Amino acid sequence: MIIEELKKDTINNLIKNNQRIDGRGMYDYREIKIEKNVLTSAEGSAKVSLGNTQILVGVKVDLATPYPEKPDEGTLSVHAELLPLASPTFEIGPPSEEAIELARIIDRGIRSSECIDLKKLYIEEDKVWSVNIDIYVLDHDGNMIDASGLAAVAAIENLKIPTYEDGEVIRDKYTILQIREYPLYFTFSKISGRIICDPNQAEEIASDCRFTVCLGEDMIYAIQKGGRGSFKREEIFEMIEIGLKKRKDFLNLIKSV
Amino acid sequence: MEIEDVEEKEELEQIETGEKREKEGKKSEIILYDPIKKRIDGREADELRSFKIYANVLKKANGSAYVEWGRNKILSAVYGPREVIPKHLSDPYKAIVRVRYMMAPFSSIEGRNRPGPNRRSIEISKVIKDVFENVIVTSKFPNTAIDVFIEVLEGHGSTRCVGINAASVALAVSGIPMEDIPVAVSVGKVDGKIIVDLIKEEDNYGQADMPIAIRPNTEEILLMQMDGKLTIEEFKNALDLAFEKAKIIQKAQIESIKSSYKYEG
Repeated sequence: MIIEELKKDTINNLIKNNQRIDGRGMYDYREIKIEKNVLTSAEGSAKVSLGNTQILVGVKVDLATPYPEKPDEGTLSVHAELLPLASPTFEIGPPSEEAIELARIIDRGIRSSECIDLKKLYIEEDKVWSVNIDIYVLDHDGNMIDASGLAAVAAIENLKIPTYEDGEVIRDKYTILQIREYPLYFTFSKISGRIICDPNQAEEIASDCRFTVCLGEDMIYAIQKGGRGSFKREEIFEMIEIGLKKRKDFLNLIKSV
Repeated sequence: MEIEDVEEKEELEQIETGEKREKEGKKSEIILYDPIKKRIDGREADELRSFKIYANVLKKANGSAYVEWGRNKILSAVYGPREVIPKHLSDPYKAIVRVRYMMAPFSSIEGRNRPGPNRRSIEISKVIKDVFENVIVTSKFPNTAIDVFIEVLEGHGSTRCVGINAASVALAVSGIPMEDIPVAVSVGKVDGKIIVDLIKEEDNYGQADMPIAIRPNTEEILLMQMDGKLTIEEFKNALDLAFEKAKIIQKAQIESIKSSYKYEG
């Protein structure tokens, strides 16, 4: 990470002239690649690369008891693992603050958008399906949130729901549950007072703060600000506007795979 | 005040009875905003709960504050600048800020909370840390730690905001130099209405929840989280409401800091 630390000054100086360390424009994303159904063991899966950042999402659908307050709905959980093989900064051990935050941001967008129809996961009294989304960060070069969001949405787009017969889960016999909405994430960083899209890891280290918004077509589903810096109101409105514009491209991309 | 409390309790019992809810079916059947009866605790959409901030309530801490905010009861204390343990976490250029937000096992209106940190409290501690790192002049205290503790003794919605308001006062009276005193307030949406200062039920069954912390002097945003559904228009209105109400809270914070010195002589 020393290299990234050393890049701080360069990044800050470039930004003041509207330039970025990898030559991108202020609001440009790195190249996005989406692969769907990359695992046969999971009921849903996808791999997304965003520049050098690579995220794998696997979704398992298991038998569960519903929450007492929602007896007719399936359950949803999101976890994230920052694998030690993905970055020298990731350590072995229980989930870090960063991993927990990542999982909770993705959880909020997916839950709020109601993109998974949880009512369709009801089986019988006291029996529902649980959808367990696991985010595996394979290679970390910044902006894990947007890449994880894309991978999660791609993984649950056509989710295989197993069959439940005579007390047994039959995974070979499944129905497809289609996604109802595409909650997509857009992350920005503020460096030397300037806003950029899709920060890479060096830019994240050089940045003062981060802003993430999860968007539907004309709806905000989740927001998370991070980092010690601050945003002005107008900056936040601007970032949401940019996100809404970018969303169309993201949507086309994810649907075209 | 008492009448309001009784009404609130009845409402709560209704909501909390699992069986009843099961019969009633969906969350949408709980009316959270009614143009005549207003919110379930009788407040107007843009009305804060009544609250009181007490500064310097603990003897050992370098700074402390206690806040009662509706049914919320939150204690905050600041220790530091002090030696960093473990040592390798220290920063030779500035003080590190650590925040621990915690809900007591008995603090929830639902069942007992398992003691200790959980995923929610870890995330909240992190975003609150970002708030205070912004305002504390950390460069003055290299190689030290400033620890901010926020203990929710009773929680009833918007606890991270109330916790920030308490910790801001605790930091101010600790004498640690700060560029500003952060103010936090939650806004959200219930039954299509934009509201301020959400109670637990409005958070649980409402349509959106957005805690915000600001730096009053520069009107910049230090914390912003949101989940639910808001249109761009609603988001802007909610943000305006938060800024407007933050002024009331800021006044009360300053008042509590001033009055804490009167009694010390």
